[in-house]
Amino acid sequence: MKVVVDMNKCQDHGQCVFAAPDVFRLDDDGRLAYVPDPDDALRDEVEEAADVCPLQAIRIED
Amino acid sequence: MTGRIVVAGASLGGLRAAEQLRAAGWAGRITVIGDEPHPPYNRPPLSKEVLAGKASFASLAFTPKPSAADVEWRLGTRVAAARLAERTVALDDGSVLSYDSLVVATGMRPRRLRCPGPVAGRYTVRTIDDARALRAGLTRTGVRVVVVGAGFIGCEVAATAVGLGAAEVTVVDPLPLPMVGPLGELLARTLLARHQQRGVRFMLGAGVAGFEGDDRVTGVVLSDGSVLPADVVVESVGSVANTEWLDGNGLDLGDGVLTDEHLRVGGRPEVVAVGDVARFPNARYDGVPRRVEHWSLPADSAKHAAKVLVGGDVGLAPFAPLPTFWSDQHDFRLQSFGAPVLGLGDVRVLDGDPSGDVLVGYHRDGLLVGVVALGGPPAARAAARYRADLLKQPALTP
Repeated sequence: MKVVVDMNKCQDHGQCVFAAPDVFRLDDDGRLAYVPDPDDALRDEVEEAADVCPLQAIRIED
Repeated sequence: MTGRIVVAGASLGGLRAAEQLRAAGWAGRITVIGDEPHPPYNRPPLSKEVLAGKASFASLAFTPKPSAADVEWRLGTRVAAARLAERTVALDDGSVLSYDSLVVATGMRPRRLRCPGPVAGRYTVRTIDDARALRAGLTRTGVRVVVVGAGFIGCEVAATAVGLGAAEVTVVDPLPLPMVGPLGELLARTLLARHQQRGVRFMLGAGVAGFEGDDRVTGVVLSDGSVLPADVVVESVGSVANTEWLDGNGLDLGDGVLTDEHLRVGGRPEVVAVGDVARFPNARYDGVPRRVEHWSLPADSAKHAAKVLVGGDVGLAPFAPLPTFWSDQHDFRLQSFGAPVLGLGDVRVLDGDPSGDVLVGYHRDGLLVGVVALGGPPAARAAARYRADLLKQPALTP
């Protein structure tokens, strides 16, 4: 699975971190960092993360 | 499973309902009906980034999941009436649709001020069309703006108007402090100061008695008879549930549509409500049914409601979302987890200081029920650390 975050849209709300902590995290400066090619077993939580992003900045590209 | 599920309402709740019905295994038809001509779009930026011109209107469109590709969208059409006993809805284009299940997702519309005076020059912020019109008004040179209502939307719009270079921005509200209802005095005081420091003027403890002007608003008449000159008036005085189409079915439509703990309406297993139109008891709290106008609710409620419609409630815990909301104003953000409004009687600073970044806790019976961070990303991260605790706490007793 390929995950793309539009970093121009992202405003570091961190909702994705709650939904998919194995894929998304906020670094020490509070900025988003993420795994671009997570295991397919994490698809449900990544979809949840994409849903809850207030800026709708997360895209899943198979 | 065949047949048809009708989703009344084509905003975030309607979209997520359609997607979650597919995720829950519904293979039959899904018809989504929406009164706006636009496909579902994201509303929060309408008072902020998009109003400020920092993001385009086109950027608001949601991208539906591939599973929802075969959903039938009937946009620019309103549901005019429903007969729940017959399982039909009538649309304003004259057609009647029968359904096996119905999702109520018609949301809210802005409440309007009913006082004398011209209508032109008065705006609300709920739809793309609203925001387009307001942006055109706010970007005129030397514009004087009066925002009626010092809630989150009003304060966001005021901040955006200052950022756009409006000549004067004044917020009017009958309450003594902005956002005091949901946040309490401690934060409301510092928010007032922060807005004032950034150029917003406040007329608090003041009501609106009318509008001056012939064809167009030129001033706002306050309850004491004084007049605020205004070229643009923004009305952000709450919202009204779009439930008139459900009249005549014996439902409790006192404030939105009352649901049970599984979001079902009127004791009917085939009718559910999602999003801010649903007045539901949150099993996490005191069992009192409330409407919730947070952005996170449509997705949370759609997920639960879709499971209930497709699989029933056997083995399904009652709907118990952890509320969360944010608000961006000027250069600061408010980030909330839990239910601060249930703990307004016992408000404590958990970290920081109200003059800077601050984290505030709201308690009921000594138990933390909500946290709000005000400031930059570190404050928001501090709030997030309490989220797990809030999720773990036992349900509040009524």
